[in-house]
Amino acid sequence: MAGGIKKFVVGCFDDEKVLFPAVKQVRKAGYKIHDVYTPFPVHGLDHAMGLRETSLHTAGFIYAITGTTTALSFMSWVFTKDWPLNIGGKPHFALPAWIPITFELTVLFSAVGMVLTFCYLCQLSPFVKKHHFHARATDDLFVMAIECTDKTNDAELQQFLEKNGAKEINVQHAETGWWIGRYDREQKLYREEKGY
Amino acid sequence: MSLLKYESQIREPLVGGNKDYHQVTEDIISPIETKPTRLWYIGFYISVALLLFGAYSVYREVTYGIGQWNLNKTIGWGWDITNFVWWVGIGHAGTLISAILLLFRQGWRTGVNRAAEAMTIFAVMCAGQFPIWHMGRVWMAFFVLPYPNSRGPLWVNFNSPLLWDVFAISTYFTVSLLFWYSGLIPDLATVRDRAKTKLRKMLYGVAAFGWTGSTKHWQRHESLSLVLAGLSTPLVLSVHTIVSFDFATSVVPGWHTTIFPPYFVAGAIFSGFAMVQTLLIVVRKVMNLEDYITIGHIEAMNKVIVLTGSIVGCAYLTELFIAWYGQNPYEWYAFSQNRANIFSPYGWSYWLMMFCNVISPQLFWSSKLRRNITVTFFMSIVVNIGMWYERFVIIVTSIYRDFLPSSWSTYYTPTIWEIGFYLGTFGLFFTCFFLFAKYFPVIAVAEIKSILKTSGENYKAKMTDIEKADAEKFYVEEVEHAH
Repeated sequence: MAGGIKKFVVGCFDDEKVLFPAVKQVRKAGYKIHDVYTPFPVHGLDHAMGLRETSLHTAGFIYAITGTTTALSFMSWVFTKDWPLNIGGKPHFALPAWIPITFELTVLFSAVGMVLTFCYLCQLSPFVKKHHFHARATDDLFVMAIECTDKTNDAELQQFLEKNGAKEINVQHAETGWWIGRYDREQKLYREEKGY
Repeated sequence: MSLLKYESQIREPLVGGNKDYHQVTEDIISPIETKPTRLWYIGFYISVALLLFGAYSVYREVTYGIGQWNLNKTIGWGWDITNFVWWVGIGHAGTLISAILLLFRQGWRTGVNRAAEAMTIFAVMCAGQFPIWHMGRVWMAFFVLPYPNSRGPLWVNFNSPLLWDVFAISTYFTVSLLFWYSGLIPDLATVRDRAKTKLRKMLYGVAAFGWTGSTKHWQRHESLSLVLAGLSTPLVLSVHTIVSFDFATSVVPGWHTTIFPPYFVAGAIFSGFAMVQTLLIVVRKVMNLEDYITIGHIEAMNKVIVLTGSIVGCAYLTELFIAWYGQNPYEWYAFSQNRANIFSPYGWSYWLMMFCNVISPQLFWSSKLRRNITVTFFMSIVVNIGMWYERFVIIVTSIYRDFLPSSWSTYYTPTIWEIGFYLGTFGLFFTCFFLFAKYFPVIAVAEIKSILKTSGENYKAKMTDIEKADAEKFYVEEVEHAH
């Protein structure tokens, strides 16, 4: 799933206090922020960048009720229709006794489903490789990547970033998607493969 | 935004020393990048030796049958189920720290959650061994699963608490594992990006799932953590509730008690925190993490211990009172003769349990003792011994005298293979924990960074009133109005 090679101006900040006004200025000036890579979740940054809320929790709810329904309908079918077992003369439809398993399956479906959805949405998987704009983005730098179009004057943009407090600025040509690879090898993109 | 969350100056800092973001990474990740110490090797080999002894004990049990254990006519559940309940209980503290304290917005959890969650997973792995090998014909273990089979299909009994346990423990293990690993992904990416050797780059690259730290990914990650915490909270309460149902839904005097679910959950958290203390007091010392797992953290956990210990104490007294008040002669006999009578065969275990779980934790009302590492370490072991005896008392003293006095058993003591099995689970637990401490970040690096500027010692000292006022104004302008 190659996203194509694009040109980026990359600005690195070392303080979230500087990053926030910079994000605002960059957006005001009309530049397109590709992404901001941070070493930890910076609260409010998603709003500052204008990202919409995630609806992952809604997916979690849907998985949860799927679990509830699966458990209840399966146990009802087994004990009332498929093999009604006489357990001490108690009712076949023993709803209170099924609550524990129903609850466990609700939680199980929701948790497993949400984690898989999370991995799918963020394209996370073993052997997935992505371009990293700066190795310290997982350590102590807040890395802002701004996408360049034909009209972007990158010299001007670099100056603009410097004025807004970026400590380290450079221009990179990078693949925006992901490819199958390992972090100890040079990148080998899909497009470089034969027959792409 | 983390920097601008107001945190009272009265609270002691959660991260000590003069740290910045890079220093945090350095402190926590660098032990992974160096060779293990001699102490680590010694500990690891002892654990592996115990594990092998346990494996041999289990091998004997499988080959020669349950007769390798001293279980008898009335005592069908002995050390094995005692150990099962004990290990499951230990696991509960990890989920409490990572899930319930996350919902309660307790900042101090960030220092201890990763190791506690790992402890949960390893403890549940150990717990699972006991019911599985207790089955005797372990190759039939899959019979507990509701799968279409050639016997009818004859389904499992969904009304049985033992089957509820199968679902509860396996769900608990899966969800804990997912929660733990999804939290680990960003930190593994940090290890990957610092890696110097090719092998490490490859292995951590695979383990980190290609994490980049994108803002959108963090937003989803936060949402995922919050919902998983919300799911784990009732889950952890349900797991020990269901374990207690194994006893409470029976008609055995001493087990047939409605107080069991809350009493078991409190006891589980009590023993779990004690185990967290035992592990983390060693870890912080050996890995030089005193700035992250501070005396404040230890004190906070001791407060949980004194609270849950007192709840457990109340439960002991309540069930004793109700046994008398209920006027059921069998119930009262189980409590007054089999347990509270110190001269009865197992009376000593009841009073040992009372001493370890109810009396000794009361020391922690003193803040001086709560903040004393030696006392805490000693107490954590006392509590775990006490909680093991609690399960032993519940199980053995309730069943060694049944309704037919002619079958009252002789004194039950475990065989060497029963003890070996228990020691083997210690081996499994500590082997896993040693590997975890060596190859994974034992503290959640990203989470520590997110509280560093509100709770770090150096930042807290610098934050004057003027800066605080500025920060609040800034917060309103930049964050609230941004969307």
